[in-house]
Amino acid sequence: MAERYSSFAPGGTRWLLQRITAVFLIVVLAMHFFLLHFVNHAAEVTLADTEARMQNIGYFLTMVLFLWAGAFHGINGVYNALVNQGLSGTQKKVVLAVLIVAGVALVGQGTYVALVMSGMI
Amino acid sequence: MSQSYNRGLVEDFSRWKEFSAGMWAWIFHKFTGWMLIGYLFTHIAVLSTATSGEMVEVNAADLPNVEGTGMTEVPLYDATLGGLESLLIIRILEVGLLAVAVFHILNGIRLLMVDLGIGLEAQDKSFYASLILTGIITVASVPTFLAGVGF
Repeated sequence: MAERYSSFAPGGTRWLLQRITAVFLIVVLAMHFFLLHFVNHAAEVTLADTEARMQNIGYFLTMVLFLWAGAFHGINGVYNALVNQGLSGTQKKVVLAVLIVAGVALVGQGTYVALVMSGMI
Repeated sequence: MSQSYNRGLVEDFSRWKEFSAGMWAWIFHKFTGWMLIGYLFTHIAVLSTATSGEMVEVNAADLPNVEGTGMTEVPLYDATLGGLESLLIIRILEVGLLAVAVFHILNGIRLLMVDLGIGLEAQDKSFYASLILTGIITVASVPTFLAGVGF
């Protein structure tokens, strides 16, 4: 039987969510890069263009979900990388708390910016 | 019952000569992951400071996203993004970001396949394929990313 090469607890919710967000991010990150560098060139982006895109509810929801999925995937990944490096005890708890605060701030601020760009607030 | 595999610490730099393809894939995936989450924080910070709704006076000739010539008033968002995009170093960093994202995506697909138990015997070859494909896509994107900054 093959050895497990993952530092995640097998069968855990975070293990599964990391993979579900991965599948979503593969598609949306590629789309985001393609749309804002190859279809629309980043150097030509204006507030009017951004607002027009964000006023499309499908695009807006995709971008907000992209932010949430990216933030979870990235922060969960950082936490696991640190645990894998041997983090334990109080240090582990403090790092987890700091990462959760940073993640909530990132998602909160990012969602606020998305709402402003869409003209909803 | 599965058990975790002790890779040892990456910080033991002298071990790099013993690394197999899978170990390099693991290190590159971790490194590119750190870059991407770091960039996400930066990206949201830049967009946040640019969306205040404030208007600023700029010289249209300095910004690639502002039409016309002479002094004109544009949203802070246009001035921020145009100002960044007019810098060669930002364009080079964007190419770097693309390389990092493409590798993380391709190796991520490889990892999902490994998780599903598909093609385990070719996991080293799929790592090399990820690297080569990342290189090709990155090089092919250079003309698009550097357009308008002297190239």
